[in-house]
Amino acid sequence: MVGALRRLRQEGESYQGVWSWLTTVDHKRIGIMYGVTAFLFFLMGGIEALLLRIQLSSPNNAVLDPDQYNRIFTMHGTTMIFLVVMPLSAAFFNLLIPLMIGARDVAFPRLNAFSFWVFLGGGLFMNASFFTGGNILKGELGAPDAGWFGYAPLSLQSAGTGIDFWAFGLLILGVASMASGFNFIVTIFNMRAPGMTLLRMPLFVWMTLVTSFLIIFAMPIITVALFQLLFDRLYGANFFNFEAGGQPLLWQHMFWLFGHPEVYILILPAMGIVSEVLPTFSRKPLFGYPFVVISGLAIAFMSWGVWAHHMYTTGLGPIANSAFGVSTILIAVPTGIKIFNWLATLWGGAISLKTPLFFAVGFISMFVIGGLTGVIHSIVPSDYQQQDTYFVVAHLHQVLLGGAMFGLFAGIYYWFPKFTGRLLHEGWGQLHFWLMFIGFNITFQPMMILGLLGMPRRIYSYPEGAGWEWWNAVATVGALLIGVSILVFMFNVVLSLRRNDQAGPDPWDGRTLEWAIPSPPPAYNFREIPTVRARDDFWHQKYEEDETGRPVPIVGGGAQEPEEEEHAEGEGHGIHMPSPSFFPLIAAIGLPIIATGLIYDAAIVAVGVAVLVVGIYGWALEPASE
Amino acid sequence: MSHTPAALETGTGLDNRKLLMWLFLASECLLFGSLIGAYLLYRGQSVVGPYPEDLFDIPFTSVSAFVLLMSSVTMVLALAAIQRGDQRGLRIWLLSTALLGLLFLSGQAFEFTEFNHEGLSLSSNLFGTTFFVLTGFHGAHVTVGVLILLSLLVMAWRGRLTQSQSLNIELAGLYWHFVDVVWIVIFTLIYLIQP
Repeated sequence: MVGALRRLRQEGESYQGVWSWLTTVDHKRIGIMYGVTAFLFFLMGGIEALLLRIQLSSPNNAVLDPDQYNRIFTMHGTTMIFLVVMPLSAAFFNLLIPLMIGARDVAFPRLNAFSFWVFLGGGLFMNASFFTGGNILKGELGAPDAGWFGYAPLSLQSAGTGIDFWAFGLLILGVASMASGFNFIVTIFNMRAPGMTLLRMPLFVWMTLVTSFLIIFAMPIITVALFQLLFDRLYGANFFNFEAGGQPLLWQHMFWLFGHPEVYILILPAMGIVSEVLPTFSRKPLFGYPFVVISGLAIAFMSWGVWAHHMYTTGLGPIANSAFGVSTILIAVPTGIKIFNWLATLWGGAISLKTPLFFAVGFISMFVIGGLTGVIHSIVPSDYQQQDTYFVVAHLHQVLLGGAMFGLFAGIYYWFPKFTGRLLHEGWGQLHFWLMFIGFNITFQPMMILGLLGMPRRIYSYPEGAGWEWWNAVATVGALLIGVSILVFMFNVVLSLRRNDQAGPDPWDGRTLEWAIPSPPPAYNFREIPTVRARDDFWHQKYEEDETGRPVPIVGGGAQEPEEEEHAEGEGHGIHMPSPSFFPLIAAIGLPIIATGLIYDAAIVAVGVAVLVVGIYGWALEPASE
Repeated sequence: MSHTPAALETGTGLDNRKLLMWLFLASECLLFGSLIGAYLLYRGQSVVGPYPEDLFDIPFTSVSAFVLLMSSVTMVLALAAIQRGDQRGLRIWLLSTALLGLLFLSGQAFEFTEFNHEGLSLSSNLFGTTFFVLTGFHGAHVTVGVLILLSLLVMAWRGRLTQSQSLNIELAGLYWHFVDVVWIVIFTLIYLIQP
């Protein structure tokens, strides 16, 4: 079989259509697949959110029963974190890192393809749990029902296979994240173009590096926790079994020891994107570049010492609570430094008010509110009051949707022309922004009020007369508005791809290397590996400063494009690129099969292991490039 | 194990694959750290027996720990052999390393069986839970290491590992030594130091 596949592969360069995507090792194609897949999961998580909001729009509502509600909010949270924000960030890592550091691909192109296929398999596997509860058409759902953090002992007592699918799904997704974490660290350390020193790297590259380190160190912890949970559930182990002397609280420690670095895994890439968008649309370099870099590093280090602020009410005692309170307040300092540097980047700039900038500024304003509510949570007595209320829900959406997703949308609008060659329509883009921004605030600011009024999280309904009716109705209207804004975005993408508004290589007058090459970039990215002489190198190829410090265009500067266009056809055939391969896909398919077998039948495990082994050996034995 | 062309100039001066292996091992430290942490947290917390002091056979486990340590020596000799182009030495030392690894694994299988006869299982008590999961994860790592060694041995036998591909042996060696070091930590903390 391996031989047959290798023969197939030898004709590899001529793969067309679907086959070329299944075997691709091109970081740009993998990035696009990551982005599209994550967006489809975003729609799924969004529909789940709307179901929750419709259920809560009025008291004693019965759109969902309590069991369905539990399963859907669990899947909403899990989906948005692990299947949307993380892979959307990974999409940007893939698309941009080689271009920004002046490389032709990542260090391990096949490992990169493996990451994507494992992510896709893990996401589908986890969502397959919906079908395991009986007849889904009658509303019998089998999805996990213990919340995205799956607290023990609740996750131990949950009947059915939902939690098993959840835990194995997260383990599989962890493999994908770790593989891409390793890959991008090696890529960034080893494959930078000559002259691209660490302190000349674009901020997005820095934040990718920091995020990747967080991933490879945080994922093993949740891996162990999930195995402990599965051993308890499937094989009668005692990790969280109170009767045998086990401590359910151990799960919370393990989960949040992973979970708080995870929060920064979600937000740092968006911060990196915003740090690229703001300078371009202010036509100024990023203010305080070294401070922004060091703040990112400081956040990453400190994120390891704040996990117990999720656990103030579990009875850790005043000393532990105070220590974690202080560390949590301290982590706001580097975050604040970043925010001031972003504002100072805008200050006095020649602002070009385009959609990416709207989303970037939206990110800053929403993230400030999210960050400040975070500081409120760090105060222990105040947190006692807010624990498990809608105030927490409002806070976390303020940083994850208002923060991370706004940042990611800024990135989508900013780099869409680079990878499709088409500009997104400005008018529709700004409509998308305003609908989403207004909808977001109508949804989540009322939740702050609801939380302070005492409305608990994770309740499927509430009685009349609690004083929560009005604000819940408002929040549901806001959520529908966000839904409409996403439809506008999808319409805009379709429209813009058809409209054929050619972007050209450098539509925004960009600063970093990706704008120096055609849009969309050729498979080999750079005809010649660039030599980097400055931070924002491409900008310095285009502009020099006059005596007052104003940028003055250099005649013919940065204009390697037209001549490149001329003999673009037939170019690049001498460049040695990695060959396409089936094996990452085959190896990736093995993992969900193994997980299915561990839940249902050991015989299926053998099949999965066989598939995995064929994939790995085929991969190891085939030459990486010909 | 692929035949990538000799390392191009890299930012760190380390081959990409070597840097990857170091990062992977760094990440593995947290995996084993969490497992060992769980064992230590629950040490002495078991409500019912059997307890470690009833079961541990320190002389036996010392011998199997010694076997694993010796396999690191033969691993070093395998690397030295390929680096000086000694194909026969490479095969001998790869085989010895794999055999020593297998010997360690059979020792572990014997130990698990013995403990099981004495009434210890994954679900018997906290000691059983944490002990089997921790040493089981380590045993799984050794098993993967043996498979890698045997695969390399087959490649060496078919003449597909030349002197210029010594990095393959070096990477397998890094992994093997790491698994060894983890065992030293486990052996010391779990077997030798009894509260």
